[in-house]
Amino acid sequence: MEFFRSPNVDWLGWKWYFLAFSLIFSVAGVTSMVWHWEHPVGGLRSPVPLGVDFRGGTQVEVQFPGPPDITRIRQATVAAGIRDANIVNYSVPGRYEVLISLPEEHQESSLDLGRQQIESALSAQFGSAFDPRRDIRNVAVVGPTVGRQLEKQAGLATLYSMAGMLVYLWFRFQLIYGVAAVVACFHDTLITVGFFALTGQEISLTVIAAILTLVGYSMNDTIVVFDRIRENLRLNRKETLPDVVNRSINQTLSRTVLTSGLTFLTVLSLYLFGGRVLHGFSFALVVGILIGTYSSIAIASPMLVAWQQWRVSRGKTAPLPAAKRARV
Amino acid sequence: MKKDLKKKIALIVAVLVIFIYGIFGIPSGLSGDALKEALTKRIHLGLDLQGGAHLIYQVVVSEAVNDETNNVVAEIRQNLKNANLSGQALKPDPKTPQVIQVTGVTPAQASSVRSMLDDKYSNQYDLTGGGADGTFTLTMKPVYVRTIEQRTVQQAIETVGDRVNSLGVSEPTIQQYGLGDNQILVELPGISDLDRVKSLLSETARLEIHAVVGGPYNSQQDAMQAQGGSIPPEEMIVTGSGNLVSGSESESYYVVQRLAVVSGTDFRSADPGVDQNGRRDVRFTLTNEAGDKFYDYTSKNVGRAMAVLMGGRVREVANIQSAIRDSGEIVGSFTPDEVMILSKLLRTGALPASLVPLEDRTVGASLGADSIREGVTAAIVGVLVVMIFMLIYYRGSGINADLALILNLVILLGFMGFASATLTLPGIAGVILTIGMGVDSNVLIFERIREEIRAGKSASAAVDQGFAHAWITIVDTHVTTIVSAAILFIFGTGPVKGFAVTLTFGLLANLFTAVFVSRVIFDAHLNKMRTGQMVSI
Repeated sequence: MEFFRSPNVDWLGWKWYFLAFSLIFSVAGVTSMVWHWEHPVGGLRSPVPLGVDFRGGTQVEVQFPGPPDITRIRQATVAAGIRDANIVNYSVPGRYEVLISLPEEHQESSLDLGRQQIESALSAQFGSAFDPRRDIRNVAVVGPTVGRQLEKQAGLATLYSMAGMLVYLWFRFQLIYGVAAVVACFHDTLITVGFFALTGQEISLTVIAAILTLVGYSMNDTIVVFDRIRENLRLNRKETLPDVVNRSINQTLSRTVLTSGLTFLTVLSLYLFGGRVLHGFSFALVVGILIGTYSSIAIASPMLVAWQQWRVSRGKTAPLPAAKRARV
Repeated sequence: MKKDLKKKIALIVAVLVIFIYGIFGIPSGLSGDALKEALTKRIHLGLDLQGGAHLIYQVVVSEAVNDETNNVVAEIRQNLKNANLSGQALKPDPKTPQVIQVTGVTPAQASSVRSMLDDKYSNQYDLTGGGADGTFTLTMKPVYVRTIEQRTVQQAIETVGDRVNSLGVSEPTIQQYGLGDNQILVELPGISDLDRVKSLLSETARLEIHAVVGGPYNSQQDAMQAQGGSIPPEEMIVTGSGNLVSGSESESYYVVQRLAVVSGTDFRSADPGVDQNGRRDVRFTLTNEAGDKFYDYTSKNVGRAMAVLMGGRVREVANIQSAIRDSGEIVGSFTPDEVMILSKLLRTGALPASLVPLEDRTVGASLGADSIREGVTAAIVGVLVVMIFMLIYYRGSGINADLALILNLVILLGFMGFASATLTLPGIAGVILTIGMGVDSNVLIFERIREEIRAGKSASAAVDQGFAHAWITIVDTHVTTIVSAAILFIFGTGPVKGFAVTLTFGLLANLFTAVFVSRVIFDAHLNKMRTGQMVSI
């Protein structure tokens, strides 16, 4: 069985459409981020909705035997003097769950207060039907210090990761290959994070893990194409660069689509069956793998050509370096 | 050639056996339950899968620095007094606990004071001043501050560890957390009812006995007035609930010596008990050294009052009846719980500084069980979909890829068993991703083989070329993913670290299975083929 038998597509002829497509998604994502920035939740400015890991505060997940009565839960929290409680119903038939979140507690000495308040409020409202030890499934109380530390670390980790990629590709290919791959990778990250902003999903620690994984994984397809470009440049020095790039993309198209497709299938299985805890994580991977595959064809490779054309226009006719001799 | 192949197959079987042992150990039987038990013994489940509490505390290290300089202030005073030198040692600002000042030194004695301070403290302190205003400033060297901070965090970890052990929690984790921010991480598997545990963990329980200068007074002003309008730096005002002495509910104020006669680390043991009047008390024993000091003090001060302070509040005030050496009892306004906790705390030693809670996560056991079920379902579905796809798309070679994939999973899980790594929910996600990314290597190789076959090469040449060309690409793609996983491991915490670990192990194992094992299977197959026959791909 074969999906693609010797395809012959002029990928570079599509570059303006690709650019438009990427721009639409990037601009939509950035616009949404600006909107989130302008509408801070609980006095906390951020371009994306932040999960409790970063935002700080208290989050209690409670299960109910039947469909939960949100009004009663709200009454209970108000009666207990809890202001600004955010109550979200996550119930699906057969499992009834409610997530109660409180904004960041500024007094770290009373870190635990929110949880105790929620517990006693629910006990007062539902009496013996509510047993904290049985029905509270998950509690996260994060002080402001930890949240800020994590935020800083997540940003640093993403930057280091991209820098690592740049250095590795520089070492294995040439600087321009590294730059093109990292730009494509940044494009993937931006659009993936943009999707979180657009859909209003919260960024948690595991989402950051998914994004870092994407930084590494979206390189894979790009490397496969670059490897082939380099090989073809060495084999045939007469062909023009756009032709080489087109031919390389076509030659590797089958494996690019298959490798991403297979990883996508496993990630999709994770998204569908992996449960709510991993929802954000698998969502990031689902979006990121699609965008990552697209960008290795539509962003990274055209960038190589654009760079060479720019150099030619400046009067430097040196062709794209075929990079160091591969140790084949 | 054939002999070489046999050796390679033997190696693969050996690896398979070793890593299956890594997963299960030697199970007690081959029934499902026995295997499951053997599995959970080898591979530890993270807190997010088995339920439990995850706590992060900030160690307030400045308190330890403060204690250290307090002792030095007392020492300097003693030294000045012994040498008949003028000057007063004090701490100018509570916000900078590392700074000590010696003020009011007469110009004539400035050089003697300087040489005394220089002699004794220049190793740990920077000495400045000594000019016309008669003031010397000692600032603790940053290196020494850091030493104290590190020591304090280590002591806090040991103490918290002792306290956790006294609770009988199995397999707790207590370790330094973060990147040098003096934080500690406490993980208690299986604990979801936190209230009592937490008060036990972070209670400073700085039990101290101070000499009482005066009191009780009804207010701070009264206390100040009784002491002539101001409190000298070596004394302090403390409060305690009024009913200790007077039986009234209002607060009482005492003036006590700032330096404790006996403090936290001087206690060797403590047990709850009942005194002859039926009141709850705590019986304590002091260390030998502290006992001598206490004997010295009590024998000189018979008839004077001592105050027992816990957590900075007066819990009991008693007159010294006679000299006490190394054991005594504290009768105070304690509840039964307090007596229990106090004695437990004294037995496990005092914390060198307070702990401030920063983060607190609890996962209920039911959520953990759900997560395991969902994670395993997603993994099984993922594996099946990928394996079936490979069989359909690559036919005979699909079997090859599927065998390599299974071996990849066995090695990954076996590795985790050997390393007693912790499997978290994101870790399961890492296993699932390994399946998807692992099979990528097979795709890269197979596609290249197909290409070579199309170019007209023979079966064995096509396989040969396919592996040779794909190898470099595979290394490149693995390096980039492992680099980002490594960065994730360095920066990540808890469950996310588990993800980085499984992904890295999985991809490393994949280099072996997708390249070496898959090649051996091809070679074995090619050997059996007639000349001119094609591989099924």
